Amino acid sequence: MTQLDLKLAQEKTAVAQAADGVAVIDAAPVNSAVARQLYKKREPIYPKLVHGKFRVLKWFLLFATLGVYYLLPWVRWQRGPGEPDQAVLVDFAGGRFYFFFIEIWPSELYYVTGLLILAAVGLFLATALFGRVWCGYACPQTVWTDLYIAAERLIEGDRNQRMRLAKAPWTFGKVLKKSSKHAIWLAIAAATGGAWVLYFHDAPTLVPTLFTGDAPASAYLFMGILTFTTYMLAGSMREQVCTYMCPWPRIQAALTDEETLQVTYKRDRGEPRGPHKKGDPWDGRGDCIDCKACVAACPMGIDIRDGAQLECINCALCIDACNDIMSRIDRPKGLIAYDTDKNMIRRTQGDAPKVRLLRSRTVFYGVVFAVVSVVMLTALTTRATVEVNVLRDRTPPFVQLSDGSIRNAYTLKILNKANVEREFAVTIDGAQDIRMEAVGETVAANEMRVLVRGDDVRSIRVFATMLGGVERRASTPLTFVIRDTASGEQTDNPTVFLMERGS
Amino acid sequence: MSDKEIDQPTGVETTGHEWDGIKELNNPLPRWWLIILWITVIWSVVYWVLMPSWPGLTGHFEGVRGHTERANVDAAIAALESQRSAEMQQLLSVSSINEVESDPQLLQFAMNAGASLFGDNCATCHGAGGQGFKGYPSLVDDAWLWGGALDDIQKTLHHGIRSTHPETRISAMLAYGETGAFDRGQIDDLVEYVMHISGRSANQEAVVRAAPLYAQQCVSCHGPEGMGDPSQGAPNITDAIWLYGGERADIRETIYSGRAGVMPHWTDRLTDEQITALAVYVHSLGGGE
Repeated sequence: MTQLDLKLAQEKTAVAQAADGVAVIDAAPVNSAVARQLYKKREPIYPKLVHGKFRVLKWFLLFATLGVYYLLPWVRWQRGPGEPDQAVLVDFAGGRFYFFFIEIWPSELYYVTGLLILAAVGLFLATALFGRVWCGYACPQTVWTDLYIAAERLIEGDRNQRMRLAKAPWTFGKVLKKSSKHAIWLAIAAATGGAWVLYFHDAPTLVPTLFTGDAPASAYLFMGILTFTTYMLAGSMREQVCTYMCPWPRIQAALTDEETLQVTYKRDRGEPRGPHKKGDPWDGRGDCIDCKACVAACPMGIDIRDGAQLECINCALCIDACNDIMSRIDRPKGLIAYDTDKNMIRRTQGDAPKVRLLRSRTVFYGVVFAVVSVVMLTALTTRATVEVNVLRDRTPPFVQLSDGSIRNAYTLKILNKANVEREFAVTIDGAQDIRMEAVGETVAANEMRVLVRGDDVRSIRVFATMLGGVERRASTPLTFVIRDTASGEQTDNPTVFLMERGS
Repeated sequence: MSDKEIDQPTGVETTGHEWDGIKELNNPLPRWWLIILWITVIWSVVYWVLMPSWPGLTGHFEGVRGHTERANVDAAIAALESQRSAEMQQLLSVSSINEVESDPQLLQFAMNAGASLFGDNCATCHGAGGQGFKGYPSLVDDAWLWGGALDDIQKTLHHGIRSTHPETRISAMLAYGETGAFDRGQIDDLVEYVMHISGRSANQEAVVRAAPLYAQQCVSCHGPEGMGDPSQGAPNITDAIWLYGGERADIRETIYSGRAGVMPHWTDRLTDEQITALAVYVHSLGGGE
């Protein structure tokens, strides 16, 4: 036996009992606001594995979210000839964003803005109802950290073994364990960065080139950046990202209220806490036996019994840890549970606890969410398949021709968002005695027919000449009317015709 | 300095330096900061070897990579040219320049290429939008001294006007006053004549007096009706467009001192396909015939 083993064995025998068969875990909330001081080095956290329904839910969400992230670029979606068949693709070179049946052009980026608004309001609603569910279950920082901790546990063992290994001298075995852990972490990080770049290129074409060195430099760059950030954020920074870097812990205080369901230690039931001896009555004391199982399970390094705090990501692992202990000491589960501040007050006053999901703020967020969803859905389903931009020449704003008439020049950009070639009829509406001409196109009876290829932009230079003898105004409103000759779909594009007043 | 002094609130060693009761703490530099510093120091040595670095007496160490910005620019230009070569080749191979306008893709390419060439080479005199200035013809209107069809514009670009090219377009409005060909009275009469045929009010007696002089001296270039002649670069003097101004004083100055604007030829400076693209662009500005 080495000295260290001896010391650990001694410690083990000296371990205090929190209750019959339940040892006190020597865990300190090292990342709580009180313990955490500026200028103090970070104290490592060794979260203990727990078993329970929330751990199962988190495993499920971990596989679901990572599964979507890694596999989505491989999903195919047939759009027709000449179009990419990747279901989700941000095509910078072609200037398109593909999402299953939706194809967004750069000029329609407001749909993405709408999607972000929807996501924000959805997050507000979820937070008002259930606290920081995003932080606890779905945030990439949480998911990847959870994955990294799982890998760490696989190689180094659970909490106690990891702590022992950290204190142990540098032997070959320790080096092997540490290096294999970091190798797995780096592999996960590289896969994370690798999957990211697949969203910007055709996945089956890009992946082989990534290995042969023929992929574009930007792919390697972003893969490198994401490998580095994943490795750092999930490997060594972990809870510090949430505590110091993320704004969300600060914002959430304004989004929750006393009726919000949050991971809560029921003070009214748990206090006064203390070790329980076998056979002692439970009357006159709290159910918390101060075993610190909740502290040992916490990946954020805090003590949930201190109440709601910005370090808490509401991951609910302390619920599982505590429920396990409660069943072992034969007390009802749910000393730590999803509960509201108001319920604690209600129970203290002898009232029955209740959950009020319908509150003015949740109704407000819900209504905003519904309205934005409807607006987005309507906009997406009824959006035009042809868009026209009219760019009027500015140098010079108008030209006098030899017969004294005035001409303005315009560049029409016709965006055909359908996947088939279409013919459009271009006419000018609004002013009299205007003659239309175009470069490379024939104009018959002031109407021009142009063909625009599917999923393409065509720019045409158009001249409008105002014949002499018309009353001269500095600015005359004009409308370019572009009509699909087959379907009749039409857009009106207002612009102006300029000339010198009264000349 | 054998015994260290420890600052109480922070628990950090002091340097022993004290100013008015304030002691300097001896905090080490952060580890990560030092690591980055050493990485940059090592990298600088690598950089010296790879890249042009140390000056010598007769030159400098060129680095094992042989890197020069000039070579990078040449490579970038070559890459750009090869990228454009297909369309450029197409511009060169059309049997008639008019074919360019009937091919939407080629037209778009020629207009984009022409626009950047125009900005680099032509905008100084003809204006950013081709609107022209006094003495520098507008390219957006429908008056063309030497013709505004695509191949006319192409030829003007190739050979220039009164330029040093052997096949340059050449003609001159003579200085009838300076040379003494016309006297003052004759010039005044001709000014009235020009005012009259361009549709403005004029002294009718002077117009009558000037008519035989016009028929004798001016008709060969400007034509009997004053409609001009694009084959000689003679302007139409009956319309609303005046390169050098259409007021009496401007017209008098033109007849007295003559006019002979110069447009350089571009054969030596631009390639044939560039000139084709430029011609298409200029034609699309609006004045094309």
